[in-house]
Amino acid sequence: MHELLTGTRGEKKFLLGNEAIIRGALESGVRFVAAYPGTPSSEIIDGFAALGPDIGAEVEYSVNEKVSVESACAAAQCGVRSLCAMKHVGLNVASDAFMTLAYVGVKAGMVIVSADDPSLHSSQNEQDNRYYAKMAGVPMLEPATPQEAKDMIAAGYTLSEKHGMPVLVRTTTRVNHCRGPVSLEDIPEGTVKGTFSRDPFNLVVVPMVGRKLHLKLLEKLSALREEAEKSPFTTEEGQGPWGIVTSGVSALYVSDAVQELELADRVRVLKLGMTHPFPETLVADFLGRVESVLVVEELEPFLEEAVRIAAQKSGFPGRIAGKEFVPRAFELDTVKVKEAVSRFFGVAYEPPTIFTVPENLPARPPNLCPGCPHRATFYSVKKVFGEEAVYPTDIGCYTLGLLPPLQMADFLICMGSSISTAGGFSRVLDRPVVAFIGDSTFFHSGITGLINAVAHDRTLLLVLLDNGTTAMTGHQPHPGVRLGRQGPQEPKVDVETLVRGCGVRTVAVVNPLQVKKTQQVLRDIKAGMKDGGVSVLISRSPCPLFERRMLGTKQKVVFSVSGDCSPCRDDLAQLGCPAFVWSKDEAGSPCVRINEVLCSGCSVCAQLCDGIKPKKLSA
Amino acid sequence: MERRHEEARRRGVRLFFTGVGGQGTLVATRLVGEAALAEGLSASMSEIHGMAQRGGVVESSVVVGDIHAPIVAEGQADVLVAFEPLEALRALNRCHAQTKAVVSTSPIVPFTVAAGQGTYPDVDRVVKELKDKLAAVVALDAEALALEAGSVRAANMVVMGAVAAMDVLPIAKATWDGCLRKLFPPKLYDLNQRAFDKGYAVGRS
Repeated sequence: MHELLTGTRGEKKFLLGNEAIIRGALESGVRFVAAYPGTPSSEIIDGFAALGPDIGAEVEYSVNEKVSVESACAAAQCGVRSLCAMKHVGLNVASDAFMTLAYVGVKAGMVIVSADDPSLHSSQNEQDNRYYAKMAGVPMLEPATPQEAKDMIAAGYTLSEKHGMPVLVRTTTRVNHCRGPVSLEDIPEGTVKGTFSRDPFNLVVVPMVGRKLHLKLLEKLSALREEAEKSPFTTEEGQGPWGIVTSGVSALYVSDAVQELELADRVRVLKLGMTHPFPETLVADFLGRVESVLVVEELEPFLEEAVRIAAQKSGFPGRIAGKEFVPRAFELDTVKVKEAVSRFFGVAYEPPTIFTVPENLPARPPNLCPGCPHRATFYSVKKVFGEEAVYPTDIGCYTLGLLPPLQMADFLICMGSSISTAGGFSRVLDRPVVAFIGDSTFFHSGITGLINAVAHDRTLLLVLLDNGTTAMTGHQPHPGVRLGRQGPQEPKVDVETLVRGCGVRTVAVVNPLQVKKTQQVLRDIKAGMKDGGVSVLISRSPCPLFERRMLGTKQKVVFSVSGDCSPCRDDLAQLGCPAFVWSKDEAGSPCVRINEVLCSGCSVCAQLCDGIKPKKLSA
Repeated sequence: MERRHEEARRRGVRLFFTGVGGQGTLVATRLVGEAALAEGLSASMSEIHGMAQRGGVVESSVVVGDIHAPIVAEGQADVLVAFEPLEALRALNRCHAQTKAVVSTSPIVPFTVAAGQGTYPDVDRVVKELKDKLAAVVALDAEALALEAGSVRAANMVVMGAVAAMDVLPIAKATWDGCLRKLFPPKLYDLNQRAFDKGYAVGRS
C-alpha cells in the first residue's frame, strides 16, 4: 500500500506540504482530482496518480487548468468531493471558470489549491493569487506549515459544503515543499459516483440567472465573513502595545523574529488563517489592543489594505505600516523580517555579518540534458534559419534553449504564447518567424493560437517539440503520449492529425536526432514559406530520461573523439552538449573531449564530426 | 543526552545543504529530519525542486528545535553541508563565524566552464577559504570513500556520516543507523550504511 494511505488517527508522519494536502483530501473523502502539473503544485496530482486504483478515486491529468476546474466542479455539482491543484499562473488560465463558479457554487465540497511561487523559483512571475479570492468572492485559507495545509484542506471541505462555495487554499513554495510532522486522521470509504438534479435556473448562467446568483454570492460572502471572524485558524500571541498582523509562511518568520529579538512581552502577533472574506471585526478588536501595527506578508499588500480599511472604519488612531518596511518583491525570511520589525518599532538590532561570496564563480544554470532531442532541433533550425529569424518560444524544458550557445528564444510571456505571438510578429516584420512549442504545452494552450494563425494567413513555421511527455514538471502524461505506465500505446489524440485538422497544409514529421534529414526538411519548408501560410514541423523524439524510466532501456554506446575534431570545432561549439569538455590540442587550439559518464549516446555530435566515433558499452 | 536535547531545542540548529542535481541532496536532508524527529526534537525542512534533473544547483535546509521558519537565510546556517566544493563556496553567504561545515572535495565542473565561461576554482583554495572563515571544516573526498564502500552513488551518505560525527546535533549513532534503515530499501541499505560509517570515521578522526 502507498505510504500516504497508511497510518490512522493520531499517528504522525514527516510529510511534504503537498503530501499533507493529499492526505487531507483523502481524509475528507475526496473522490475526484483534476490538475495540470506545475511547480510547486505537481506532487499533488502525481501523488494521487501514484496511489493507484486502491483509493477508488478519479485522478485526471487535465489538458489545462481551466479544464481541470470545469471537470472537477461538475463532480462537485453531483455530490462528489473534488480537488484541483495548480501553480499560481495556472489560475490565470482557470480564471474564467473560477469567476463564475463562485456564482453557481457547488453541492459537494470543492477545494482549489493555488500554489504561488514568491521568488520565482520556477515560474515566469510571482503574482499574488490572494487577489483572485477577492475578485471572485471565494473564501480563502492560507496555511503556514504542512500540518496546517492538511487541516485547512479538511476545513476547506467543511466550509465549501456548508456554504455551497468552492474554497481556495493558497499555498506558497515554502509550504508545498516544506516537510514537517503531520498528525493523521482516518481515511473514510467513498465512491466516485454522484447524482445530478436538473436545475437550469440556478445552474445555467444566462444574464437573468447571473443577476440572481450575484446577489446570492453577496449573501454567502457575509455568512462566510462570520466564519472568518471565528476561524479556528486565527491565533494571537504575545502581549504589549505593539501589533503585527500576518498570515501563511510569513507568520513563521515573524514568530522566529519576535523570539530572536526578545520582543514577546512587547508585541502581539495576530496570525490569520482565513484571509478572505477578511475578518474586519476581529482585526478592529485587535487594533483596540495596540498602539501601532506592522503588517508582515510576502508580495502584495493584500492584508495591509484590509487592515487599513478596518482601521479607518474603527477610527484606529495609531500608526500602520506594511510595504514601506517589508519587501514587496521575492520571498521573506527571518532576517528580512527582523530587519523590518526592528526598524518599524525602533528596537536595537544588529544585522548578521555576511561573508561575501567570491565574484566570478562559474555559474551552474540548469541546462538541456546530454542527448536531449530539443538541443538537436535547435541546432538544426539555427543552421537553416540563422540569426535573421525571430524565435518566439514557450514554457517547458526547451525554454532553456535561451542559454548560450544555442540562444534560440526571443519572446515568451505564458503558456501557448509562442504560436500566437508568432502570428503577430509575422504580420509586422519582414523577417522569418519560427516558433517553438512542446507537445504538452501545445495541448494546454497552443491549439487556439495555431487556428488563429491559419485563419489569418500568417506566414510562419511552428516547430512542435514532441518528446512524448510533460518533461519539465516530472514526466506527466498528456493526450498525445505514446508511452504510458503499461508501455507503448496509440496516442489518444495524434498531434499530426490535430495540426492538419487546424487547417495547416504543410506538415512534416522528423526525428531531430537525424541531423541531415532534419535540416533538409527545414530547408524545404523555408523555401515553401515564400508562398506564405502556416507550416508545422513535428520534431519527434522521446525525452531520454522518460524513456529510460518507463522502459528501463540501457544505453548501448557512448561516443568519444578518436580523430581530429578541429574542422568541426565551430559546429560542436554551437551544439554545446554538456558532455563536451573543452581542452587544448598540441597546437594549442581548443578541441573537444567527451565525458563518457555524461554522454547519453544520442550520436548527434558524431553526425557533425567524423572524428567522433561510437564505443560499445559492456553490459 | 537529555541536557543536550534541551540545549538544541532552545537554541535551535539550522543546517543548509547544497549540491548538484542527482547527488542525493534531498535524501540527505530528509535523513537529518527523520533522525531529529526520532530523537524527539522538532524538525522541518525545505526543498527547492524543479530544476534538479537538469544539472542545476539543489539547495535545501533543515531546522531542528524551537525554530519555526523552515528556510535558512543569509548568515543563518549553523551547519553547512556541501556535496560539491564550488557550491560550498557559493553558499558562504549563508554562514557565520561559528558555522561548522562538511564539504565533499569531489568537483562537478559545470558546463559553463567547459564552454569557456569562467574558471573552476582550485579545490585546495576553496577549502582554505572556508577554513579561514568558519569555525570548523571537515573536507573529505566523498566520492573516493563511497567507491570504497561500493558505489560513488553513496557519496551523499559519506558526507552525512561526517556530519553525524561532528556532534552538532544531539543525535545518537544508533538513531542515525535506524533512520538509514528506514530511509533506504533493503537492497541499498548496506551500501549506504557502509558509506555513512566511512564518513563517520573521518569525522571522528
